[in-house]
Amino acid sequence: MLKLTLLRRTCKQAAALTIAREDRALKLNDVVALKLHMMACKACPEFENQVLTMRAAMGKWRNDSAVEDAKP
Amino acid sequence: MTTLTFEEQLVEHRVYLMRFARLQLRNDAWAEDAVSETLLAALSKPQTFGNRSQLKTWLVGILKHKVIDLIRCHTREVSTPDSEADNEGDELDRLAFKTDGHFLEPPASWGDPHQTLQQRQFFEVLDACMERLPPALGRLFLMREWLELSSQEVCKELSLTPTNLYVQLHRARLRLQECLNIHWFGQRTP
Repeated sequence: MLKLTLLRRTCKQAAALTIAREDRALKLNDVVALKLHMMACKACPEFENQVLTMRAAMGKWRNDSAVEDAKP
Repeated sequence: MTTLTFEEQLVEHRVYLMRFARLQLRNDAWAEDAVSETLLAALSKPQTFGNRSQLKTWLVGILKHKVIDLIRCHTREVSTPDSEADNEGDELDRLAFKTDGHFLEPPASWGDPHQTLQQRQFFEVLDACMERLPPALGRLFLMREWLELSSQEVCKELSLTPTNLYVQLHRARLRLQECLNIHWFGQRTP
């Protein structure tokens, strides 16, 4: 029998995976499920954008191109 | 255009170094020590540095080592996030989900990240939000994000299990996002 639920994630699960991905590699099964969820959902891509913005912000903060060198 | 003396350059960089050391260590006395030791190391070889940015990069590299040493020295005093905090319930509930797992309120749109990161004030708010994290949580988060230690290294330094580390990092990230939602993106989460 085809188990569709295998690749189904709720928004809550998708949000958890999106955050977890910042610190560890996800199982391939979860990677696939997350991609599928993102294609179908409107809310979760916004949440993902928050996480990715944070990631980029921390990268820039770490290298401090923004805070100090932006001073005149 | 004036050229700063080596001393003036060090004084100038000190402010910057202190900011990172304080955020990471959450202890002003330790931060002072780490920064002073870093400046002393630089003073022992002033001829090594060609230009300002080389000096800064070198100072930050040394500071990170000094900070890690300090964290090691004070392992017992450095509180790790208590596991009792794990009983607070599911951190994701801060985001408010319906029982069927859907968002109660859709997440705020943060717009174009590129545009956000152009703004210096954004980073001031980010700094303030990091300061607001509980000390143990902030320390752990910055061990990953600033010291760039691997998960295994952070676990080792703080005697945490990987699961506990991931829970804590997860919590720190969500709190920062929540803080930015309120104080930068202007959308209060319900």
